[in-house]
Amino acid sequence: MSAFNAIDGGREVDRNDYTPGIEPQPTWCPGCGDFSVLKALKGASAELGKSPDEILLTTGIGCSGKLNSYFESYGFHTIHGRSLPIARAAKLANPGLEVVAAGGDGDGYGIGGNHFMHTARENHDMTYIVFNNEIFGLTKGQTSPTSPKGHKSKTQPSGSAKDPIRPLSLALTSGASYIARTAAVNPNQAQEIIVEAMEHDGFAHVDFLTQCPTWNKDARQYVPYVDVQESDDYDFDITDRREAMDMMAETEDVLHEGTVLTGRFYVDEDRPSYQEEKQAIGELPEQPLAERYFDDSYEWERSADTFLDKHK
Amino acid sequence: MTDDELIWRIAGGSGDGIASTSQNFAKALMRSGLDVFTHRHYPSRIRGGHTYTEIRASSEPVTSRGNGYNFLLALGDSFARNPQEGAYYKNEEIKPLSENLDELREGGVIVYDSGLLDASEIEDFDERVEANNWHVYDIDLRSMARDVGREVMRNTAGVGVTCALAGIDTQYVEDLMTDAMPEKILEPNLEILERAYNHVLEEYDADAHDVTAPTGEHDEEQVLLSGSDAIAYGAIDEGCRFIAGYPMTPWTEVFTILSQNFPKIGGVSEQVEDEIAAAALAIGASHAGVKAMSGSSGGGFALMSEPLGLAEMTETPVVLIEAMRAGPSTGMPTKTEQGDLEHVLYTSQGDSHRVVFAPGTVSEAYDQTRQAFRIAYEYQVPSIILYDQKLGGELINVPASHFDREPNPDLGSVLTEAELETAPHAETGKYQRFQHDVEDGVSPRSIPGQENGRFLATGNEHTPEGHIAETPENRVAQMNRRLQKAEAIRADLDSREETHQTYHGDDEAEYGLITFGSQQGTVEEAVDVLADQGYSVKSLGVSDLMPYPAEEVSAFLDSVDEALIVEMNASAQFRGLTQKELGQYGEKLSSLLKYNGNPFEPADIVEGFKTTIIEGDELSGQETTFVPAAGD
Ligand SMILES: Cc1ncc(C[n+]2csc(CCOP(=O)(O)OP(=O)(O)O)c2C)c(N)n1
Ligand code: SF4
Ligand SMILES: [Mg+2]
Repeated sequence: MSAFNAIDGGREVDRNDYTPGIEPQPTWCPGCGDFSVLKALKGASAELGKSPDEILLTTGIGCSGKLNSYFESYGFHTIHGRSLPIARAAKLANPGLEVVAAGGDGDGYGIGGNHFMHTARENHDMTYIVFNNEIFGLTKGQTSPTSPKGHKSKTQPSGSAKDPIRPLSLALTSGASYIARTAAVNPNQAQEIIVEAMEHDGFAHVDFLTQCPTWNKDARQYVPYVDVQESDDYDFDITDRREAMDMMAETEDVLHEGTVLTGRFYVDEDRPSYQEEKQAIGELPEQPLAERYFDDSYEWERSADTFLDKHK
Repeated sequence: MTDDELIWRIAGGSGDGIASTSQNFAKALMRSGLDVFTHRHYPSRIRGGHTYTEIRASSEPVTSRGNGYNFLLALGDSFARNPQEGAYYKNEEIKPLSENLDELREGGVIVYDSGLLDASEIEDFDERVEANNWHVYDIDLRSMARDVGREVMRNTAGVGVTCALAGIDTQYVEDLMTDAMPEKILEPNLEILERAYNHVLEEYDADAHDVTAPTGEHDEEQVLLSGSDAIAYGAIDEGCRFIAGYPMTPWTEVFTILSQNFPKIGGVSEQVEDEIAAAALAIGASHAGVKAMSGSSGGGFALMSEPLGLAEMTETPVVLIEAMRAGPSTGMPTKTEQGDLEHVLYTSQGDSHRVVFAPGTVSEAYDQTRQAFRIAYEYQVPSIILYDQKLGGELINVPASHFDREPNPDLGSVLTEAELETAPHAETGKYQRFQHDVEDGVSPRSIPGQENGRFLATGNEHTPEGHIAETPENRVAQMNRRLQKAEAIRADLDSREETHQTYHGDDEAEYGLITFGSQQGTVEEAVDVLADQGYSVKSLGVSDLMPYPAEEVSAFLDSVDEALIVEMNASAQFRGLTQKELGQYGEKLSSLLKYNGNPFEPADIVEGFKTTIIEGDELSGQETTFVPAAGD
């Protein structure tokens, strides 16, 4: 008998179940792209029939980090850049949980960049949504790791001398097994992609272009966008690492020239998730660890019986 | 200082198996019925560099290294660097012999491998031998090993020689070798042991010196383990099954022990990208319903500051361990110190509300690690075990029965799904996981995946259901509730039968020595020596640091005229804590500090006490520093 009956409980859900009964006053500005992430996540969760009590949504700090104030589920609003290590440990502790991590471009590609690289490398079975508005929103508009070269802000008065991070390429070289980009202005595609990401058995990275009309007025609203799967101009095999790599490089190059390419860029269904790898070498038990603490029949090992002999 | 004890020092090169040879020999002595205690000294190098381990063996309990030692086994250093003209490290080859002479007691025994070491390279060697009445045995251990097996087996030859010279039955050593060694190397080792033993009996008169191993008997079965072992086993017995970490000396030992043992008991170990991640993973696992820990040494623990504060704010139970080494910065990685006390007590923004224990002995390390988990999970706070390179690495025998206890996998203040049905929920549908008015300030938590348990954990100040809030009323209510737990925890610890403040010496004594953590055994030894010399001294070893055991320490201070606080750092951090917590006694407290990388020896404390407290003089040596009481 499980101590966690919300997991795979088969409860009927619709998208309103993810709206907190009394929605706290949204703090996002009108026209902010973050609303679209919330909407897509609600839609995807409902489509997949996930109960709010079986989802753990971890977030970082930023405007984006407020996501779990408006999304009804178990939530962990962590600290700047650290949503991934918290999320992946929770998944190891209880693999039945639907774990989604989310945060901003500064949060995920800057301060938390090391965790992004390693979580992708390990291929934890979880979804990571990066609200990429190419700016530090919450701290009032400083240049972020994805801001284009030459981007001027109060802390970069002469314009940034740095080339932006390439989020898709970085995810690919790091080891993510599902990589997509969508945009706030494309709600249908966004929901479809988040559904796929949540269903994917491995680390699914979604770079979600979210316009920030308050601090990033120069930036486009990410229109017109092109879906690389639907457009006849692009033809590549999303299961082929090299072709994906080329497509990502082009996508990252043209974003700052006004062409917004979105869609799925890489999918590897064969790569085992970290949980599977760890179980295969005997380092992760079959029964979720979290269940053990509620299992009255479990005989807890003692060091006296198990490890003391070698000290005698 | 009597010689009814054997203090055996095996010296050689780092990477030459000194550690494993000494560990086996200590165990052999323990099995023969003696009490043993080890002290190790090693450089921050993998191969080469002079290293030694000292084993003190007595028929009485030993909790500290002695003053000096009486038996040296000097082996070669296979990885010694070639001495070059003017090299600051000088001739490394001879160091196992030359570096160890200063502390050898009068009448002591020197065995050295004449196959590798040439005593004539040491200035005045013969004069010193004569002046100190040392007994020297130059034996070609290398050839002895090579004739039968391989050169590296010279350690075994040295042990055989030791047994013959100190009157130790080789049977205990043979048994251990048989247990530990694979067939292929066992045979030659046994033969080398026997040959070396017989060689001494045939060639020398072993009664020419007075250094022999005492004999003893144990009433019950003993186990030999280190502070790191004890912390790891304490965690296991308290139901910890998740550890995340990143290697750093000396905390790596605990991380290694648990990483190797967890797969056997269905636990999970994660070596991750950095210590920020390590602490965050432990928090994530605990949040999801697993008893979890992480740890590091100073630099790595610094990276854990922000996650530590997150655990405080979200009231996520977690145990972190901090193995101190000499700082600041990279400091001296393999040298011991107690300089991270303030770092651990206060690091992370805002008012800290955590528990910090500093075990004083190996068995306390086990007990307090268990306590740390129990408190963390019952009261939903981070608990920290603060220890150091010394306690982590020293081996001591403890009765096996000490570990014969029930496991406690209890998750603490957690609700079941059935309990959640009737628990208070906000109108939003969220469980009120952070209720304002609850007993002892502890609001039970739910675990993700539980039906009707959802809530928001956040590092922001928050309402009872976890939503971000900045109203003054809520802020004060939540802050007070969290801080209130410290009092409840102190009361809980005080109500227990066992205390981890350790008293030693005559209750009525005039003077007090106070220390915290790993120096406890050494201070106790100093108290015994001083008492033998007629001084009226007792000691208190403090092992609960936060919440501070104010009543116990005050009572101790009230009972003495003056107290000397002994600690291994340069700025008297523990004395500062004591004065902050007690708000008085400034005129009674002075400090004896040591921060040269080596732990106190009993003699440092004995001499320090006599010179400063009794005679009121300045300390002349460079090893320790005296800081007088306020007003002096
Ligand atoms: C350790 C730390 N450094 C800095 C901050 C301040 N800070 C909060 S959010 C943020 C950047 C937010 O940018 P991004 O991650 O892109 O999120 P957005 O607001 O754009 O959604 C910064 C620098 C912090 N909270 N913690
Ligand atoms: S500042 Fe920008 S990112 Fe933040 S809420 Fe406003 S529009 Fe959105
Ligand atoms: Mg941003």
